[in-house]
Amino acid sequence: MPLITYREALRTALDEEILRDENVVVIGEEVAQYNGAYKVTEGLWATHGDRRLVDTPISESAFVGMGIGASMLGLRPVIELMFWSFAYVAFDQIVNNAGCVRYMSGGLINVPIVIRGPANGGTNVGATHSHTPENLLANMPGLKVVVPATAYDAKGLLKTSIRDNDPVMFMENTLLYGEKWEVPDSEYLIPLGLADVKRTGDHVSLIAHGRAVLTCLKAAELLEAEHDISVEVVDLRSIRPLDEEAILNSVRKTHRAVVVEENKPFCGVGAQITSLIQEKAFDDLDAPIARVSAIDAPAIYSPPIEKRQLPDPQRVIEKVLNLA
Amino acid sequence: METLLQSPGQARPTINDKLTKEDKIRLLRDMYRIRRFEQTSLKYYNLGRMGGFLHLYSGQEAVAVGTVSLLGPDDHLITAYRDHGHAIAVGMTMPECMAELFGKATGCSKGKGGSMHLFAPDKRYWGGHGIVGGQTPLGAGIAYALKYKRIPGCCLCYLGDGAINQGVFHESLNLASLFSLPVVYIIEDNGYSMGTSLKRSSAYKTCLAERAEAYNMAWDVFLGEDLYEVRERTNVAIERARKECQPTLLEIQTYRYYGHSVADANAKKYRTAEEIEEYKNNHDPLQLFGKRLLEEEVLTEAQIGEIDRASKEEANAAVKFAEESPFPKEGDITADVYWEVDNQTEAGKQGTYFFNT
Repeated sequence: MPLITYREALRTALDEEILRDENVVVIGEEVAQYNGAYKVTEGLWATHGDRRLVDTPISESAFVGMGIGASMLGLRPVIELMFWSFAYVAFDQIVNNAGCVRYMSGGLINVPIVIRGPANGGTNVGATHSHTPENLLANMPGLKVVVPATAYDAKGLLKTSIRDNDPVMFMENTLLYGEKWEVPDSEYLIPLGLADVKRTGDHVSLIAHGRAVLTCLKAAELLEAEHDISVEVVDLRSIRPLDEEAILNSVRKTHRAVVVEENKPFCGVGAQITSLIQEKAFDDLDAPIARVSAIDAPAIYSPPIEKRQLPDPQRVIEKVLNLA
Repeated sequence: METLLQSPGQARPTINDKLTKEDKIRLLRDMYRIRRFEQTSLKYYNLGRMGGFLHLYSGQEAVAVGTVSLLGPDDHLITAYRDHGHAIAVGMTMPECMAELFGKATGCSKGKGGSMHLFAPDKRYWGGHGIVGGQTPLGAGIAYALKYKRIPGCCLCYLGDGAINQGVFHESLNLASLFSLPVVYIIEDNGYSMGTSLKRSSAYKTCLAERAEAYNMAWDVFLGEDLYEVRERTNVAIERARKECQPTLLEIQTYRYYGHSVADANAKKYRTAEEIEEYKNNHDPLQLFGKRLLEEEVLTEAQIGEIDRASKEEANAAVKFAEESPFPKEGDITADVYWEVDNQTEAGKQGTYFFNT
């Protein structure tokens, strides 16, 4: 299988879906002639032209809203946000229009839009550019939230998200854009709401999404090698819908859970997962559930210290070793 | 403002020449139907039969009825929360709208939207939006989709004068002009953004629509009390959208008789009773159009009285329908959230969508 980057995987997904469905149109800042601020859309404008790749002014509220309006008439806009942090100026459009129009119309309307872009810290760009809003948006019934950790997942999940008939918030990671994974040339789709056990193990379950999955995989290797602890890593892949069964099955097997995320702890995704486990698998637990999150403050700029703000393998290992 | 009663304005050929007698009667009837629908809804709101807000359109009827009457099968519209008039003008029925206000399962949105959120996509009416200015990029998006699909239609996107200071409206004007979108933005300028008058809320030189100049967009401003005038001036913008694929910003100056909403505690404090009476006596769109049709000998006074009575009866029948209709069931709360779940697709069955404990 060819090794391709997370970025190339996303681009291939967009390319294939543009070719497959005439209603797919990619809209955003610098997506066309500039080839994408993070080069995800590189070459697509040259191939598909102005109709399918649309450069916008810096005007998130308007172009997100425009995409939502167009989707109500059956287009399938893929809106690129240069950073998910910029979604906050378009919050009304995302929450009230994409998220609530179907409900308030009693199901008469649907909004088949994808809003995608990077949502991560760790790149020394300060608090305004480092938000991870998966927990905020998953809190809004009507929206779906997807956070792929690998190139393989990014491609399969993006294609599925474009074909989905509900609004999908698709959160990538600039630190992963250049990382490579094996991705088949042949077409495949990955359903939303289906977690993936990225590593099997018997003693403890690490439950994570996005880049935190990779942190967990590194921690798992070290725990196995240095402490003889067999670690299972469950990658949620999609936050809403959520694969509750995969989480519960893993915890029922290992009897210990550590929930890991790059999100902040308060009302984070990990809080929801923790609540789920205690409610539905309490009797299976041999230890309290532990959580590892970003340190609870706005993202710090200082490069070496920001590395410490996000979960790293060492913090995960410490939590696992401290489990009763 | 000067009343248009003294200015017949029918010398030159206009879009209104095409109206048949039946068309004219229907236009007047629709204005009466809106007026009576709302007066009846107000009565039952005050009796505690409905919740939330009720933003009444009374006084503005010629705008919705006049503009909607120009639309063809490829044209669409979207508005804000003062949406009853547009709903009835596009042909939504009184029972489905009244039942929605009553929060009943038979309402157009199954009791899930309420007064501010009436929708009829089958009639190309995309709501009914509660956040001031929030619908303005959606209007651009509908126009975008029409252009993308190479459909020679347009989208009318209504907003109030209070919405023109929202950033997203300016962003939408910029996109509409930049992308040459077939959208007609219609500011229904009733003089007040809730309890704050135009002069206290908006900086402008001569009018609000003039702001379009900054976006290199065509604009027009006119009174909204005369239905013929509304049709004629709006038609120019609609034709510009359909034929040239260019946007327009219209400001239609009008007036509302009631407060911002029925829950507006200061409704009688920020303007005088005389001001309201003056509009009712000299600028009421129903009275003016009725007078025109009398002059044109399209209708008699008795026939107009009959239209009014029938509208009132229709509204009362709608109340009866609403009162006799069931409320949604608790189990309905989580329906109509996700298309994939509602349609029980494979995607809709994969994973957990709702997290009730």
